[in-house]
Amino acid sequence: MSERIVVDPITRIEGHLRIEAQMKGNRIEQAYSSGTMVRGIETILKGRDPRDAWAYAQRICGVCTLVHGIASIRAVEDALNYDIPKNAQLIRNLMIGAQYIHDHVMHFYHLHALDWVDVVSALKADPQATAELAQSLSSWPNSSPGYFADTRRRLADFVESGQLGIFANGYWGHPEYKLPPEANLMAVAHYLEALAWQREVVKLHTIFGGKNPHPNFLVGGVASPIDLNSDSAINARRLSQVQDVISRMRQFVDQVYLPDTLAIASFYKEWFKRGEGLGNFLCYGDLPATNMRDRDSFLFPPGVILDRDLSRVHEIDMHDKAQIQEYVAHSWYNYSTGKETGLHPYDGETQLDYTGPEPPFKQLQVEDPYSWIKSPRWRDKAMEVGPLSRVLLLYASGHEPTRELARFALAKLDLPIIALFSTLGRTAARTLESKLLADAMQGWFDDLVSNIKRGDTRTFNEALWDPSTWPETCQGAGFMEAPRGALGHWVVIRNGKIANYQAVVPSTWNAGPRDASGQSGAYEAALQDQHTLVDSSQPLEILRTIHSFDPCIACAVHLADEAGDELIKIQISG
Amino acid sequence: MDTNTKTLGEALRRNGVTRRGFLKFCTATASMMALPPSMVPAIAAALEQARRPSVIWLSFQECTGCTESLSRSHAPSLENLIFDHISLDYHHTLQVASGEAAEAAREAAMHANEGAYLVVVDGSIPLGNPGYSTIAGFSNLQTLEETVAGAVAVIAVGTCASFGGLPKAYPNPTGAVSVSDIVTDKPVINVPGCPPIPMVITGVLAHYLTFGTLPELDHYGRPKAFYGTSIHDRCYRRPFYDKGRFAHTFDDEGARKGWCLYKLGCKGPMTYNACATAKWNQGTSWPVESGHGCIGCAEPDFWDAGGFYNALSVPTGEISRNASYAIAAGVGVGAIAAGINQRTRNKAVRQHAEVTIEDLEKR
Repeated sequence: MSERIVVDPITRIEGHLRIEAQMKGNRIEQAYSSGTMVRGIETILKGRDPRDAWAYAQRICGVCTLVHGIASIRAVEDALNYDIPKNAQLIRNLMIGAQYIHDHVMHFYHLHALDWVDVVSALKADPQATAELAQSLSSWPNSSPGYFADTRRRLADFVESGQLGIFANGYWGHPEYKLPPEANLMAVAHYLEALAWQREVVKLHTIFGGKNPHPNFLVGGVASPIDLNSDSAINARRLSQVQDVISRMRQFVDQVYLPDTLAIASFYKEWFKRGEGLGNFLCYGDLPATNMRDRDSFLFPPGVILDRDLSRVHEIDMHDKAQIQEYVAHSWYNYSTGKETGLHPYDGETQLDYTGPEPPFKQLQVEDPYSWIKSPRWRDKAMEVGPLSRVLLLYASGHEPTRELARFALAKLDLPIIALFSTLGRTAARTLESKLLADAMQGWFDDLVSNIKRGDTRTFNEALWDPSTWPETCQGAGFMEAPRGALGHWVVIRNGKIANYQAVVPSTWNAGPRDASGQSGAYEAALQDQHTLVDSSQPLEILRTIHSFDPCIACAVHLADEAGDELIKIQISG
Repeated sequence: MDTNTKTLGEALRRNGVTRRGFLKFCTATASMMALPPSMVPAIAAALEQARRPSVIWLSFQECTGCTESLSRSHAPSLENLIFDHISLDYHHTLQVASGEAAEAAREAAMHANEGAYLVVVDGSIPLGNPGYSTIAGFSNLQTLEETVAGAVAVIAVGTCASFGGLPKAYPNPTGAVSVSDIVTDKPVINVPGCPPIPMVITGVLAHYLTFGTLPELDHYGRPKAFYGTSIHDRCYRRPFYDKGRFAHTFDDEGARKGWCLYKLGCKGPMTYNACATAKWNQGTSWPVESGHGCIGCAEPDFWDAGGFYNALSVPTGEISRNASYAIAAGVGVGAIAAGINQRTRNKAVRQHAEVTIEDLEKR
């Protein structure tokens, strides 16, 4: 008889995710991903001032706290054909880059690392040997025997207190933990250091956006003016603070995050052979050197890779209704066109329709709808989005720094390029793109400084701020590459108000349930790819692969107009 | 799991920390929290006697922004908080255990600390349908009611838990309500903000850990220490408001020179929060200092209070405070809690006279 394993809540993620795995012996035969919380933010957005929309949309998620704000102002700017000053574009790039690096480092240490790092084993580490290990990997200064002895003592005191807090009931001692005690101790030290580091680097958002989480944004530019002669604007002091943050980010990525990723991965090479799943990868592209219409200037290129074929990049067109569609066959929504049909976001239509079991329940009926997440598809194919997709797109499009970085990392691990199509390939891709972005941030900052030097201090374009300048009806799409992958917002504006709003977000692509044809989403497919559980009561293997996607479930669950009474046609510029 | 009940004081002594060193630490802690030296004995007693208080953190209809904000606190830092001051026994974003093991940790903490643990909630609770938000197969209402039953108090962190927040914004598609709409038989402290200021979240916890009491609350159940004064009354741009000098658009002379943002829709005059004094991210900046008006995110129903860029019609403090917003949830509960706290706090203050480190060493 086959066993059904339920993991709910999946912790160390954003939001509410439930995984059910149908076992065949000790192997996962079928996996089911369920988002278990809905709020209805897109319904709430209807009738609001489009210039306010970013604040509502931003609260879709407080982890990737910037991305929905950016996608929202881009959607409104696209609808209004609203250009922004160069400084505003550079400041937005800097804020996006900072979000990535902050998010990726926190994901690695605070959400993902403890799938690979056994905290209890760290108590057995020899501080001297830990110091030697750390110094062999990197020039990061916190690496003395005394430093690691202190970390070990702090951990020992904590464990001896008998109150294990967030570490209680971990699968400590699970045979799948393979790191030696010294590597575990080093990782625990960096877990704590990363917590302190992240508090410092978010200050870039605070300088430009006033706070973090949830910094402020502005349709038409940025709200923080530049004036070198003002004590209440971006001036030399503020720019120095930004430079300091960028330097700290680059240092941590180069000296801690990248070496730790490679060191930990070297003990888990079998995880470069499982957990791929779909083999299809999608990117919208982002981070323009000029503006959002100039896709050739993007750092991250747009496109689609099918069936692992890196020799061919397919073009993606967000307004082609035959390309992107969302299905609700296994989601708790209704479509007026029928539950088996797919709809393009232009025609976005959603009605809440909970048909799952009455809580409390033990198990979902997976042949019926089983998630608050929809199933987006590109040309009816399920897609993976996120760091691995971006790195593969960069690699396939011949981006030399990416190729060099990938060669370096794979050579260190003695693995072929095909190893990237895996659970740890996904995790490694996140680290590699952090390195690319940290370096790019310095470039955007230098551009900002030279632009100011040339006398251009503009940060806001007032031309279309007043709604009386807007057409009676207009519509637009805002897109970006969020840390977790391709993100799109679509807005329809009528008489100065939002007539409709729709978001299709990265974790919808990755965490979505089966579609009408039974095709699994990316999480499900990855878990169905060669996963055997050593101990079904401690499903550590499930956590490893799910965490490799960095789930963000509040993002993934969204809902549009409850009426679904209109067709929306949107033209995307460029 | 080991149920060793060793206290912090014992642990420190066993690790060779002298009493003098310990008291110096307490003094530094008092200084860090801007408390008078007379509070040092209270801190020392609290730290020495107790196991780390158990905290169970429940996440419902939320975006995790409040947890992210918690992680931004500088003093105490998140790592010091969870290693040294509290036992964070359930927290979806931070805890290692998932699934049954996570729920078992919550249940173990509830049993071991019956009547003494704190519950922190972020996110609203949907009453429209129990299926709108579930954890481990249980509706949020079921989880909340079960978990708060043995709690000493509940801290509603963020505007969603405090007042319903964004999910409750018109037309409230899921029937979202606040914590105090459901928990009416024990103190609920509202710590609103979208998210709350990092140091305000930890400041409320620090108050409880230090004094063993809940802070004094206003009529919305908010601690007066952080929500007692409007942003406008503490704003560094206030002199320009008084002189009638305003930014009229973003990036004009007024915006660049730091003049008042009232005409760009700043909600500072009707928003009660500590942004202008505590600032954000270790005092780096705050929304108004970075050029954007306050959006009023600590107030009930601020999402439905008019556009963020429309100037307030009534620009001054107290009158608009109650008139501008719909009826707040939790007023009654907050008032009761405030009464209880006032008494315990007065008693605590009476019992602690001025003392020095030298005095303490004699004891």
